[in-house]
Amino acid sequence: MLALFQKLGYTTLSTLQKLGRANLFILHVVTGLPEILTRVRLLLVQVYSVGVLTVLLVSISGLFVGMVLGLQGYNVLSDFGAEQTLGVMVAASLVRELGPVVTALLFSGRAGSALTAEIGLMKATEQLSGMEMMAVDPVKRIIAPRFFAGCLSMPLLASLFSMIGVMGGYFVGVGLLGVDEGAFWAQMKSRIDFYDDVVNGLIKSAVFGVIVTWIAVFEGYDAVPTSEGVSRATTRSVVYSAFAVLGWDFVLTALMFGGD
Amino acid sequence: MTGGNADDEVLVSIRNLVFSRGSRKIFDGVDLDIPRGKITAIMGPSGTGKTTLLKLIGGQLRPDSGTITVDGRIVHELSLGRLYELRKKIGMLFQTGALLTDLNVFENVAFPLREHTKLPESMIRTLVLMKLQAVGLRGARDLMPAQLSGGMARRVALARAITLDPMMILYDEPFTGQDPISMGVLVKLIRDLNRELGLTSIVVSHDVEETASIADYIYLISEGKVVGQGTPDAIRHSESPWVLQFMEGLADGPVPFHYPAPDYAADLLNPPA
Repeated sequence: MLALFQKLGYTTLSTLQKLGRANLFILHVVTGLPEILTRVRLLLVQVYSVGVLTVLLVSISGLFVGMVLGLQGYNVLSDFGAEQTLGVMVAASLVRELGPVVTALLFSGRAGSALTAEIGLMKATEQLSGMEMMAVDPVKRIIAPRFFAGCLSMPLLASLFSMIGVMGGYFVGVGLLGVDEGAFWAQMKSRIDFYDDVVNGLIKSAVFGVIVTWIAVFEGYDAVPTSEGVSRATTRSVVYSAFAVLGWDFVLTALMFGGD
Repeated sequence: MTGGNADDEVLVSIRNLVFSRGSRKIFDGVDLDIPRGKITAIMGPSGTGKTTLLKLIGGQLRPDSGTITVDGRIVHELSLGRLYELRKKIGMLFQTGALLTDLNVFENVAFPLREHTKLPESMIRTLVLMKLQAVGLRGARDLMPAQLSGGMARRVALARAITLDPMMILYDEPFTGQDPISMGVLVKLIRDLNRELGLTSIVVSHDVEETASIADYIYLISEGKVVGQGTPDAIRHSESPWVLQFMEGLADGPVPFHYPAPDYAADLLNPPA
């Protein structure tokens, strides 16, 4: 019984400690911003490896998700004779929810895990420690460009996902199932609100970008510097990201769309 | 600048150093002096915290008590900015080389220059080629770290450690896992660089022969304490049975062959119920 309490206490304390370290860490990372602004090249290289290399994955996934939405939406809506509103359904689902959430999950699998593994291995091979001894702050030189590249890339990738998804819904709905093209676009245009839907979706994706990249770089930096430690950190990075994204999605949705 | 007012002959002075990791005491009252311009070796069995000592000197770890003075400044009392200024004057050669794996040899050696100076590209090129020439790897400038052998990686790391013309180099196990030829190359490099660049070197190692051949002074550390010190000759002729066991590599002696265990016969005859 006592052992149970001991274990509980230990787990709680170590979790709190880790949260504390994560917060101090992110403060340290943010202080690297001025340096990045004077050396934009460091950031651009990371935007390429974190963002640009994820474009194909996000585009293909967006296309298929949009096509599935077109099929499923048509099935349900046509029962009520409301297939004219298919465009609204597809666009709203994508812009409000699926764009930010699915992109964040894909992003953590493709880019987040790579960041964690890369940073963890740099730690295991003493590259970070070596940098410290060369009087270069690894958090500012290595972590900060990767973190800001992730924060910058996520909203752009989520927008791309939604845009291609809408195209997918259009191909299936209008091209395959014969929904009226004019109604598809006109209904979408009149019912999707720029601030309520598009901006809120962008805010979501920006928040997810910060969360996923934060988890990824912190797990890498905090990894036990062995092959096993890095492998665990990579797994944790993806798992925690998924939990955090889905949890925060509920909170943000409740705040943005819950009241009315 | 407070440098030089304490004792000009001593670059690093460690007084009553205590450091523990968890409940294990790694250092328990260590006193060391590293003289300027010499090669000082710190030797001891694996796991005695020799690498930890280098990290303490470089300010990557903080002592529990005691002081570490480098060039007249107490390392763990420096602000982060001052500490980084000090580190620019200290080169460290990590056991693995710690080269940046995404940069080629040239860029690795150029890294400290690009981070800390605003020198024009032509000047950086000249400096990097000079440093690479000094370690004999000018021809390898375009290789990536993954294409280098262990010995070459260490030589590149050495070239990188001297790019900012430091006053001191810390070598962490420079000979471990090297074949005889690259071992010989490293021995020669450490000795020549120290003499020609007027450096101070600290070599942490347990390779007795190689280290004794280049060191001016040797400290032997075991179980958190300095157990022997002196010039290589004096150490070889030490009276202490522990020092002799270490220097000769004997299997049994003050450091027993057997890990502490209950009586052998009793252990075999009484299996746990």
